[in-house]
Amino acid sequence: MVYHEDENGYVSPESDEMEETRTEVEQAATFDRAKFLKKLGSTVFASLLVPAVFKDQFSAKANDPADTAPEFPILPEPTEDEDILVRMMRDVQRAMKKPVDQRRWSMVIDLRKCVGCHSCTISCAAENKLPDGVIYRPVMEEEIGTYPHVSKRFIPRPCMQCDEPPCVDACPVNATWMRKDGIVEIDYKQCIGCRYCITACPYGSRVFDSGFSYMDGLPSKGEAYLSPEGAIVYEKAPAYEYGKKMPREDHQSPIGNVRKCHFCLHRIEKGLLPQCTVSCIGRATYFGDANDPESLVSELIGKPNIMVLKEEMGTKPKVYYLV
Amino acid sequence: MAQVRNKREGLFWFLAIACFAIGLIGIYDRLVHGHVNANYGSYIPWGLWVAAYIYMIGLSAGAFVMSSLVYVFKVKAFKKIGKLSLLVALATLVGALVTIWMDLGHMGRAWRLMLKTNFMSVMGWMVWLYSAYFILLIIELWLAMRSDLVRCSQESGLRGKICSFLLFGNKDDSPERQAKSARLLTILGTIGIPLAIAFHGSVGAIFGVVGARPYWHSGLTPIIFLIGAFLSGGALLTFIAANWAPNKGTDEHRSMIVLLGKLLLAMLAFDTLLEYAEITVGLWQSVPEEADALKMVLFGDFWWVFWIVHVGLGIVVPALLLIFKGKSVRAVAVAGALIAVTFLAVRLNIVLPGLSVPEMEGLLHAYSTRGLTFDYFPSVSEWLVFIWSISLAGLIFLLGKTYLPILDDKGNESLS
Ligand code: SF4
Ligand code: SF4
Repeated sequence: MVYHEDENGYVSPESDEMEETRTEVEQAATFDRAKFLKKLGSTVFASLLVPAVFKDQFSAKANDPADTAPEFPILPEPTEDEDILVRMMRDVQRAMKKPVDQRRWSMVIDLRKCVGCHSCTISCAAENKLPDGVIYRPVMEEEIGTYPHVSKRFIPRPCMQCDEPPCVDACPVNATWMRKDGIVEIDYKQCIGCRYCITACPYGSRVFDSGFSYMDGLPSKGEAYLSPEGAIVYEKAPAYEYGKKMPREDHQSPIGNVRKCHFCLHRIEKGLLPQCTVSCIGRATYFGDANDPESLVSELIGKPNIMVLKEEMGTKPKVYYLV
Repeated sequence: MAQVRNKREGLFWFLAIACFAIGLIGIYDRLVHGHVNANYGSYIPWGLWVAAYIYMIGLSAGAFVMSSLVYVFKVKAFKKIGKLSLLVALATLVGALVTIWMDLGHMGRAWRLMLKTNFMSVMGWMVWLYSAYFILLIIELWLAMRSDLVRCSQESGLRGKICSFLLFGNKDDSPERQAKSARLLTILGTIGIPLAIAFHGSVGAIFGVVGARPYWHSGLTPIIFLIGAFLSGGALLTFIAANWAPNKGTDEHRSMIVLLGKLLLAMLAFDTLLEYAEITVGLWQSVPEEADALKMVLFGDFWWVFWIVHVGLGIVVPALLLIFKGKSVRAVAVAGALIAVTFLAVRLNIVLPGLSVPEMEGLLHAYSTRGLTFDYFPSVSEWLVFIWSISLAGLIFLLGKTYLPILDDKGNESLS
């Protein structure tokens, strides 16, 4: 896999179609690492490890040994009782073999299965190194009924990746757009931080990175076990959103930008599922390519109890809910 | 009399300089610490600064339209305050632009607004429109001053030097030259009227087109913005004309102020009517979110901003003054000042309630931390930056009036 560094110091894949342009030689070179990973047995587990392996690669030059990592995690043969995560990874990898404009990344959230644990919220924050004040996938809680017939409903709310996204038309500088695979992307280096798009999103999916730190105002070293001086390592760790390395430095993007969920595009393109999907303890979040009739999400989107939020807005979300 | 005037003049200078100096603390905080000490965030993305921006830009558009009464419609009664209104329009425009610049997440990328414009976005349009307006305003002001610049370039001292510099070497002030200036001014002023309407209308449309915020989403929004601009800008100009018009103390001045007062009363009535329509229709509960936002305005935590500041001090008191004391220059001036100052409350009540009603109810309690809250009150540094940009506009006005031939009267004759 070839990465190049642009003038801003970003290391990014050569193109969205990186997997298509890969040569056979490169694929052969991936073989060794593939064998190693296979030995790890549990593929789901392996999928969690792969990002760690891959991250080294962002700083690697071409032809480094790190380049020999497999293209995607190796998945076992399908079985009757396999975890749906494995099936969905297979769906993702199949979709990644198609040209980008034929993919249609979609998410289905089964509200009957969601237990309101907020794992997805937190794992998303960890994956994308979200600072204080920035959250991509809050879980909204609703109380239904009156005593003694009361229940609670939990509604995780990622960005809906609308097919008709009002946020995109709002942006005065073309810093946000819908990609060919349906994901609404923000270019942090172009966004001027006017926040007009936040007002335009009917779902509150866009947030502003004010530059807060979770460490603000904590007791310093000597007074506390985990001092800001130590914990800041976590907060300064670079995020890899959109496959670009983004260290957290004062006045530098993404500080001062509007941010939002991107279905973990950087993971999908490595054949992995979005972090929220992997971390969902109730297996309530499904992810895949809605253009692929074989995929699990296509199956679910065809159910009669499917719905989208605020359908009347005409935004055509690609996040669906099973109720 | 002269002493009183000097005292008052000194007070204005003192206020402007003091606020400017104190406000610098806020500017320092904004430039060094970014947005960390501001209270707007993700759920309330726009706060005091955006309200201040639309407030000042409204003052500018309003003052500009007053100047076109002189240069386009040749209204004799106002010819003495043509230059004054252009200067007010310029000063408030600069204040507005600086405020919104501070509000950007990345100030260094402001140029993208011009060079990477997305014309699908109303905000993209707005930037081009007010850039054009800015340039037009400067040229108009220069043309309006030109004749007096020639005269004042003879003076010794700083003012004379500035005047002769601004002539760029051409001291010709023949009647032909004056006629040319007058003609150009009429043309520019004529272009300026639709431009001012379009650009302030587009500021209103920024809010009007947002379907996600029912409180803003109305065809009436840009119109209310415009009428509000004419009212607040006209009010500010009335106050300024009462204090600084070149013919102050004459009968001509008195009758001009009385006429301005009448105009103001008419605009106040029309603006109140529009507002009444917007509120009553919105309260009808057909769109619950809009009704919620309106209830927040009328009966929420900040009810006093609407009832006391806006309705009380911004409508009732000035209306009473204008109706019963409309012949007194002082009363009209006070009415103008009240309307102009309290109009910030109107602008705040446009921006904030539209944002304070959660787009999804569950968001209110889903995740609470700084920035992810629907409560908002401007922070100290937001207030400081606000004070700074208002005083910046004030200083530009005071300096302009002192060092430019804004109040010189001779040239006015030839232009209108
Ligand atoms: S959910 Fe909001 S941010 Fe996401 S695409 Fe739709 S309008 Fe844009
Ligand atoms: S905040 Fe950024 S992405 Fe959003 S509208 Fe402004 S420039 Fe565009």
